[in-house]
Amino acid sequence: MSVGTPRGLASSGQKPIAEILHPLSAAEEPLSVTVNLGGDKTTRVEFDLPEYCVWRRYQDFDWLRTKLEDSQPTHLIPPLPEKFVMKGVVDRFSEEFVETRMKALDKFLKRIADHPVLSFNPHLNAFLTAKDLNKRQGLALLTKVGESVKYVAGGYKLRARPAEFCAMGEYLDTFNQKLGTIDRIAQRILKEQSEYLTELREYGTVYSSWVGLEDELRRPLEGVAGCVTTCCGALEDLGENMSQDFLPVLREYVLYVESMKNVLRKRDQSQAEYEARLEAAILRKQEDRSPMPVEVEKCQDKVECFNADLKADWERWQSNKRQDFKQLLTGMADKNINHYEKCQAAWESLITLLQDKQTEDKTSETN
Amino acid sequence: PSIHLSIYLSIYLMTQMSCRDLFSEAVNDTGSTLVRRMEICVAEAEKRSGKNAVNMQETFTVYLIETRPMDAVAEGRNPAPDSLWRRYSEFELLRNYLLVTYPYIVVPPLPEKRAEFVWHKLSADNMDPDFVERRRIGLENFLLRVASHPVLSNDKILHHFLTEHGWKEVVYETGFQAKADSRIRALSATFRVRNPDKRFMEMKHYSDQLQSHTSQLLRARARVADRLYGVYKVHGNYGRVFSEWSAIEKEMGDGLQSAGHHMDAYAASIDDILEEEEHYADQLKEYLFYAEALRAVCRKHELTQFELEMASQDLISKKQQHEELATGIVRTFSFKGMTNKLFGQEAPEQREARIKLLEELIAEGEDTVKEKTVECEEHVERAWVDMQRFKEQKDKDLREALINYAVMQISMCKKGIQMWSNAKECFLKM
Repeated sequence: MSVGTPRGLASSGQKPIAEILHPLSAAEEPLSVTVNLGGDKTTRVEFDLPEYCVWRRYQDFDWLRTKLEDSQPTHLIPPLPEKFVMKGVVDRFSEEFVETRMKALDKFLKRIADHPVLSFNPHLNAFLTAKDLNKRQGLALLTKVGESVKYVAGGYKLRARPAEFCAMGEYLDTFNQKLGTIDRIAQRILKEQSEYLTELREYGTVYSSWVGLEDELRRPLEGVAGCVTTCCGALEDLGENMSQDFLPVLREYVLYVESMKNVLRKRDQSQAEYEARLEAAILRKQEDRSPMPVEVEKCQDKVECFNADLKADWERWQSNKRQDFKQLLTGMADKNINHYEKCQAAWESLITLLQDKQTEDKTSETN
Repeated sequence: PSIHLSIYLSIYLMTQMSCRDLFSEAVNDTGSTLVRRMEICVAEAEKRSGKNAVNMQETFTVYLIETRPMDAVAEGRNPAPDSLWRRYSEFELLRNYLLVTYPYIVVPPLPEKRAEFVWHKLSADNMDPDFVERRRIGLENFLLRVASHPVLSNDKILHHFLTEHGWKEVVYETGFQAKADSRIRALSATFRVRNPDKRFMEMKHYSDQLQSHTSQLLRARARVADRLYGVYKVHGNYGRVFSEWSAIEKEMGDGLQSAGHHMDAYAASIDDILEEEEHYADQLKEYLFYAEALRAVCRKHELTQFELEMASQDLISKKQQHEELATGIVRTFSFKGMTNKLFGQEAPEQREARIKLLEELIAEGEDTVKEKTVECEEHVERAWVDMQRFKEQKDKDLREALINYAVMQISMCKKGIQMWSNAKECFLKM
């Protein structure tokens, strides 16, 4: 099995620099992941050892995410790759599937480790260090300000959403749409390329079968057949790359958009709750002159906290998104360039070969 | 007086095939066997309307043939060319004349009558300008091949075709249509001939194979072209979506927008690429049709050989009859023998008359056999020479075609790299 590329996290200042290596082993269980915190680079106090090596299943990641969502409701938690895969359609044990999933999980962890707030979350600590993740037992946690604020389930109607959050919502909707379109286009290209490949292979065999009939033309015909075969190989590689590297990242961002929308909804709820309580409190105040209840102030804090966290996360998300897509699209361009370079090299070497033969023949003729 | 003119390639020849190189090399290689002629080109094509044989209105295309004496061009004078208009059907008439008159020559083929091996974008319409243009090139190629052939180039009718308006009368006067071998005779000869020349049988087999391979290749190429077209065009959708996406982005917007334009350009680039490839297809088609011409020469051999065998057989049987009559010994069954037995022998005068007749027939038969032998041997000799010439030409032409195909592929790859590099630059600016 292949090794995931070790990537150093570009974190600034006092944030931890953790190198997470994911060598994937051919284990009995699917998706056993080794999490390796890089040696002397760990400067975080909560981690006793410089290195940890633990086994985790997909459902452990899922647990972590849920815990993070619960404990940090005002923050954007990165998405996991899709949980459910149709058994008949996708082979959960195939190398490509496992590798794709591994990369996505690696990204997931890196994004969390990169986050100035989430990376301090004790659940993350447990996930990365505990030999046995005891998920049933609630861990004794330090209460932080954000953590004690629980997400309240709906029921409150929002009056006026601030413009910037409206804009975020609209952006996410359109962006989601575009992602879907790009996904469809990419899939269509894969399909067309696959059909092209089929015909191209057949085309190559026609040249090969002609070879036997000729004598002088043998070399050029063989040469062309060979070039066509090389081009087929290059095309196959291109297709593989697109389906393994390109599409999964697109889909991951669709999930990210979902997560972000969720957080926006929670914020809306939070604001709606505050407004409702405030209104009720004002009415009561008018009636019996009681002071503003503490809960209302707490609510106000909560909303302001939420807004601030969200804005910060949004900026970070936008920045990451820009980097990710820059990398993704540049990668796509590179793969295509690579494909053409391989083909060009094959045809050029054929011409050299045939022209050498031509000069060979001419000199032997004149002699 | 022989005017020393050399073949000059039309500047209107735009094919990748670099005919100029092919023909000028031919001049150098075959030296004096190549008749130096006039400069020939099929310069234009035009639509015409007229009444056809059944008095119905029809539209057709005519092609302008221009000729100039080569020495005038060589001397730097620039005389106006002689010119006349010809229809495709007239070219067909010329070729049919050549086929009948020179059955030992692998006669160059005409470009296809109707568009075949079409992939979806190409029009199958004979009036389509691209088709007409490629046909113009094909007709010129035909004329140049004929005019540079060591035997065909001397033909008077060819001269008339190129220079005289009243050529049709002249060609009909030759009565060539009457000389044409009937299809049935030819087919029957193929089945019944006993001792055809082995080399010709091998050549016939080769022509079948050549036809099969070139047509397979043309079909496969058309399918590949179709699919490749699809791949490129879908990329155009990236252009649109990047443009739409760029509208909601701030820093990423410009990069996305420009990248989108490059994707559009990429999608559009396939049109020129595939049009160029049609020239390669045309080169393959020429040899697909050449295979047919090669087979025709082999069939002609079967026919002459068969006729010789028949004539020999006939002579033998007449000699046998004569012997029987002269000696009275009946060796083989014959109706005469039968009737003699049944109805009695004939009178001696009758017998004498029959013997005399047979002797005359035998004399004629011997002449016939001599004739047929000469015909057959001449055909074999001349055909073998031309088939060798053809083989060399084919090897050279197809080799060039394959090399040019590789060149086309390289050009396509370079374009692809350029487009994607441009897009990459835009992505990097995102």
